[in-house]
Amino acid sequence: MKNVDIKVEHVTRIEGHGNIVVSVRDGQVVDARLDIVESPRYFEVMLKGRPFTDASWISSRICGICAVAHSTSSLRATEDAFGIVPSEQTLLLRKLIFHGEIIQSHILHVYFLVAPDLFGAGSVIPLAGTHGEVVKRALRLKKLGNDICAVVGGRHIHPVSMAVNGFTKVPEADSLKNMRTQLIESRHDMDTTVELFKGLSFPDFNRETEYISLKGEKEYPFYSGNIQSSDGYVTACRDYRQAIKETVIPTSTAKHVSARRTSFMVGALSRFNNNHRFLHPKAQEAAGALGLKAPCHNPFMINIAQVVETVHCIEDAIVLIDELLSRGLKDEGREVTPARGRGVGIVEAPRGALFHDYTYNEAGFITDANCIIPTGQNLANIEDDMRAIMPALLDKSEDEMTRVLKMLVRAYDPCISCSTHDIEIEIRRI
Amino acid sequence: MKPKVAVFAFTSCEGCSLVILSLEDALLDILGQVEFVNFREAIDDKRDDYDIAIIDGAITREHEIEELKKIRGKARVLVAMGACAVQGGLYFLKNYHDPKSTAEYVYGDKSEYYDTMPVRPLSHYVKVDQNIYGCPIDKSEFVEVLRSVMLGKRPDIPDYPICNECRMAENICVFERGLKCFGPVTRAGCGAICPTHHTGCCGCRGFVDKPFIESHRRILKEHGMTDDQITAWSREFNGYWEETHEKR
Repeated sequence: MKNVDIKVEHVTRIEGHGNIVVSVRDGQVVDARLDIVESPRYFEVMLKGRPFTDASWISSRICGICAVAHSTSSLRATEDAFGIVPSEQTLLLRKLIFHGEIIQSHILHVYFLVAPDLFGAGSVIPLAGTHGEVVKRALRLKKLGNDICAVVGGRHIHPVSMAVNGFTKVPEADSLKNMRTQLIESRHDMDTTVELFKGLSFPDFNRETEYISLKGEKEYPFYSGNIQSSDGYVTACRDYRQAIKETVIPTSTAKHVSARRTSFMVGALSRFNNNHRFLHPKAQEAAGALGLKAPCHNPFMINIAQVVETVHCIEDAIVLIDELLSRGLKDEGREVTPARGRGVGIVEAPRGALFHDYTYNEAGFITDANCIIPTGQNLANIEDDMRAIMPALLDKSEDEMTRVLKMLVRAYDPCISCSTHDIEIEIRRI
Repeated sequence: MKPKVAVFAFTSCEGCSLVILSLEDALLDILGQVEFVNFREAIDDKRDDYDIAIIDGAITREHEIEELKKIRGKARVLVAMGACAVQGGLYFLKNYHDPKSTAEYVYGDKSEYYDTMPVRPLSHYVKVDQNIYGCPIDKSEFVEVLRSVMLGKRPDIPDYPICNECRMAENICVFERGLKCFGPVTRAGCGAICPTHHTGCCGCRGFVDKPFIESHRRILKEHGMTDDQITAWSREFNGYWEETHEKR
């Protein structure tokens, strides 16, 4: 087989922050890439020299969609370095705000970014005319997620009250009660959402891969846990470098990450495959209704796993609020004594495992920082999927190939530029 | 005919673009008043026939300058949205590190693949007609600016410091809580969200037009901060101001 020369150029176009490049020769896929061309931002450098008090709100600026996940991962890294164990109330509040972010992010993805494909529209905007109730429901559910974040953390995008060893301001019981009412009311919208997605079909494409997520012990793990692989090994958080490895690829400003195989998947489907038994019964019921069964090897079902997780987060948020209210909310001390050393914080961001790894000096200033973002971990897997799906598409029109490839990439909900409607497709047939 | 609006993102976290999608209560009304013709985060269309360009993000690469100038050439009104677009944002911090070692720290021996340059706000390269401040922007300020631009009037954006809003919110001054705050010199408009949540303002909305920088610095020093600490903190969101205003 002859080689195809694809020149990898650094981005010159700003519309596309990620590009799909697929090359087919004599009916053989010879290249399948997702090039990430987002501008590099050097957060790891910006964190260096900053005090522990600023680390979480600097890191939250990595991403507007998953700002809570970045804040949480950062706070956990700092607390790990200083040997701080936050209070039970802090854990409950962090888990609650986390649910808020998962709800808003998943709803944004499945309704605003994926659903237009399924309705044959270019965006959610024309749907407002043709499917007004669907759009209104999406906005209500998205607002629910945002409101949870606002009640607990002040706001969703770059939360203000999340701090090392606690919250600068603890929410009022009344606002949590109000939130609880809204959550109960949202059940109807969520049932309708499950019905909607039950009626939509995704391409039937299966490719088994390695599924990596945090490992649940007593609960569906978003906030903490060891690292679990579907290949059967478990790694302690602090030893994550033994499990996964970052590689710089010239075509991408996002680093690629690999584990024991050439690629692995993180995100909603990995979490579901590894931890489905910890889902709230209502979420398990939704999974059944939607035909999602572990282990699922169809990446398009990530969308469905997100719907299932949204059901879980709504139900578990109610449980968390009940627990917070029965315990009674109180202002707690937030003593912090900086200590020299390294700390790692790993959480499950909406799109998958998110790592923050800091080293501090004795005065509490960061001397070293490393962050590993879920989308970077999924890149190699997306490319392996593209490679595997192409043979079945070869007799299709180029438009159809393009449509399916876009849907595939979109299913992963890449956080490159927060939406995947920036993807340029180039199919080379030689 | 509805005014045509384009939303662009340069180097940013796209949180401010997301704020538009998070205007859950107003979004359908906005869609009734304007036509989005280019908004990568949300729609497939990529049209060039826009009247109003709203830009999220700072300029950090050569090709972004060209693209920005192209947008300026087409747009009747250019709006800088968020701290990155208005002041270079948090990314401005990168400018204080050596560019070569910065790239090497993150990308190792592959760093030469990634061109980068000092972070600059939009106004460094083109005329900006209107700013929407903050990291992230405030929802109601976005609506106020969009409405004003459509009506051709000047938006009502405060030129008084956060302290005014803090008093309106009946907050205890965060200095009284033993914290430090940039509220006395920072442009109001966020409802003093950080002090209201018992945390000091970090100046993300930028300074008021005539900030009392010296007096503020004196207060911070009285509360135990050193000159170096104050400068380092100020640079998190206002390094560009420092660079473009007279040195102390």
